[in-house]
Amino acid sequence: MNTPKRHYARPLDLKHGRIDMNHGAGGRLSMQLIEEVFVRAFDNEFLRQGNDGALLPATAGQRLVMATDAHVISPLFFPGGDIGCLAVNGTLNDVAMLAATPLYLSASFILEEGLLLSDLKRIVDSMASAANYAGVPIVTGDTKVVEKGSGDGVFICTTGVGVLSDGPSVGGASARPGDAVLLSGTIGDHGIAVLSLRESLEFDTTIESDTAALHTLVAAMLAAVASGAIHVLRDPTRGGLATTLNEIARQSDVGMMLHESAIPILPQVEAACELLGLDPLYIANEGKLVAIVARDAAAALLEAMKAHPLGKAATCIGYVTEDSNRFVQMNTSVGGQRVVDWLSGEPMPRIC
Amino acid sequence: MKYVDEFRDRELAANLAANIQGEAEPSRHYRFMEFCGGHTHAIARYGVADLLPQNVQMIHGPGCPVCVLPVGRVDMAIRLALECKVMLCTYGDVMRVPASDGLSLIRAKALGADIRIVYSPLDALRLAIDNPQREVVFLAIGFETTTPPSALAIRQAAQQSLQNFSVLCCHVLTPPAIMHILDAADVPEEGGVTIDGFVGPAHVSVVIGSLPYERFAAVHRKPVVIAGFEPLDVMQAILMLVRQVNEGRAEIENEFTRAVSRSGNTLAQTVTAEIFDLRVSFEWRGLGEVGASALRIRSAYETFDAERRFDLTYRPVPDHKQCECGAILRGVKKPTDCKLFGTICTPENPMGSCMVSSEGSCAAHYSYGRFRDIPVVAI
Repeated sequence: MNTPKRHYARPLDLKHGRIDMNHGAGGRLSMQLIEEVFVRAFDNEFLRQGNDGALLPATAGQRLVMATDAHVISPLFFPGGDIGCLAVNGTLNDVAMLAATPLYLSASFILEEGLLLSDLKRIVDSMASAANYAGVPIVTGDTKVVEKGSGDGVFICTTGVGVLSDGPSVGGASARPGDAVLLSGTIGDHGIAVLSLRESLEFDTTIESDTAALHTLVAAMLAAVASGAIHVLRDPTRGGLATTLNEIARQSDVGMMLHESAIPILPQVEAACELLGLDPLYIANEGKLVAIVARDAAAALLEAMKAHPLGKAATCIGYVTEDSNRFVQMNTSVGGQRVVDWLSGEPMPRIC
Repeated sequence: MKYVDEFRDRELAANLAANIQGEAEPSRHYRFMEFCGGHTHAIARYGVADLLPQNVQMIHGPGCPVCVLPVGRVDMAIRLALECKVMLCTYGDVMRVPASDGLSLIRAKALGADIRIVYSPLDALRLAIDNPQREVVFLAIGFETTTPPSALAIRQAAQQSLQNFSVLCCHVLTPPAIMHILDAADVPEEGGVTIDGFVGPAHVSVVIGSLPYERFAAVHRKPVVIAGFEPLDVMQAILMLVRQVNEGRAEIENEFTRAVSRSGNTLAQTVTAEIFDLRVSFEWRGLGEVGASALRIRSAYETFDAERRFDLTYRPVPDHKQCECGAILRGVKKPTDCKLFGTICTPENPMGSCMVSSEGSCAAHYSYGRFRDIPVVAI
């Protein structure tokens, strides 16, 4: 009598195996990859439904927030994180910056032929642990494989859905002259940590990426003040603090006056920037937020931020001004003034 | 940060500002040129101009390495990458310098050219060793500061008998450029501008020392104060220049004693002289042809000279008709005097070279100082 065979005679070789085109063909091997790598790591009741989409409960009377983000980064692994936790935290933060509570995530993977399964496993495990830590399940997903040379190891697209009660909205267009500009911590950590591993630039450093999900910090801030006191929340990722503040100034039709000496920067980050001729104001962050708030709520908010592990170094870095030119300006450390402009192109080290 | 914060101290800056204010004679107008882009950048980034009295004016000189690189030279590099299919390596600042036909290195890269940003010519050398089947060319630009590393790379390539590495040498020299500006300043009807003194280069002077400037003081009776790149360095140098002018002195003074000696870095000078010799003439963007102002690779090392290796010829390309980069680089005009400034010429779409690098006077003014004088609306 024949005993029924297991679906897959041999498990995936997660130590030495590599992604090949068959993993993306949609057949048995695709299914095995999904089951042994993705489902095993992300396991939750919605994913277990096993459909192409997830059936989710709706909450009556609440508004929905949705955000999506494509993650490409080289190198895939860097001090303090990897593309996996970045893809989870980045999207959670986009949802949180609208003052919403994130509930669900989706994840799509574009894998390049030749990617080590061990690297993929490491990335997926990192995503699972970030999602788990944040308390937000990855409920649906997709995988495609592209030929070698058409990708950079792995690209990850994540979408987040969150809910928000009725009330005043938080958004980039709500900054008002007189508002305080709060920053949750040091700037430039993520960008410099990634740069430290770039080809031809490798330098030893203790700097780690600040990648983190900020929704619990946002929740603590919302709980600390009356509804409507927080006008804008945004995470200064690509383009850095300078670009984020310019985006807000443009959306809200206001200017800003910052104080250079108030902006917290780790000495290691400052030193690396000095050495490379980069301006930390333009370097990416992945676990910081800017809050533009009613001035009379600033003290209470700073207290709430400092009480949260992700806001220990929170500080007020300046104020919103009335300015039809929408310039972000700064009182410099030596006592002069300058414009803090948009980032132009990629930040390039100066040679002189 | 140690050795940096001390030179950005607010209180010391206020003291220096008060001293400059107190010692600058109200009846007099002081016009000083900071030659170096590093100083231009520091003045703009830290808002140093705010701390100076009205009658002390800084003129931004031509010491930004990418700003003075003529279009024809970038065209040569693009030809190498697109037509000769070499792996072209260069410093990041050069990537956006506008070239002919709406191209730049970054746009040529988008067309499929293999262009790599490196932080040192030795990284380019490494790429050549790792890719023996490819021709690797390093586009070498910059003043005396970046020349010794290029020389070292060529020397190492020669020692290892590398067959696939060469350098497109665009290195230029500081003293002839200052001399050129001073010669023009002596003939105001030819667009010269009166300059009362120079803030001398920081890093360049670390290499060449203060000795080469002594001629300017002797021949042109102009004071030079060599200064570091920190805001307090610049302010201290300005104070020293004000004092020299007031006392009728024209001397070479060194504010940057923590790094600059009279004779400079002789080891760097030796390797430079071993590999390079003088070009008869070289076109500077903004200044035009300047005699004996640039370096070429000595014939003993000609296999490492990309110009000879690929038989490249230089074709000069005129600037946009309305572009004032030339006058701005000579200190005759300010960025805001240019019709293109902030309208069709912006850091995203530079028409002229001064808008390309943050050390260029136009880009520095656009990015750091716009609020003072132009009613443009931010995007």
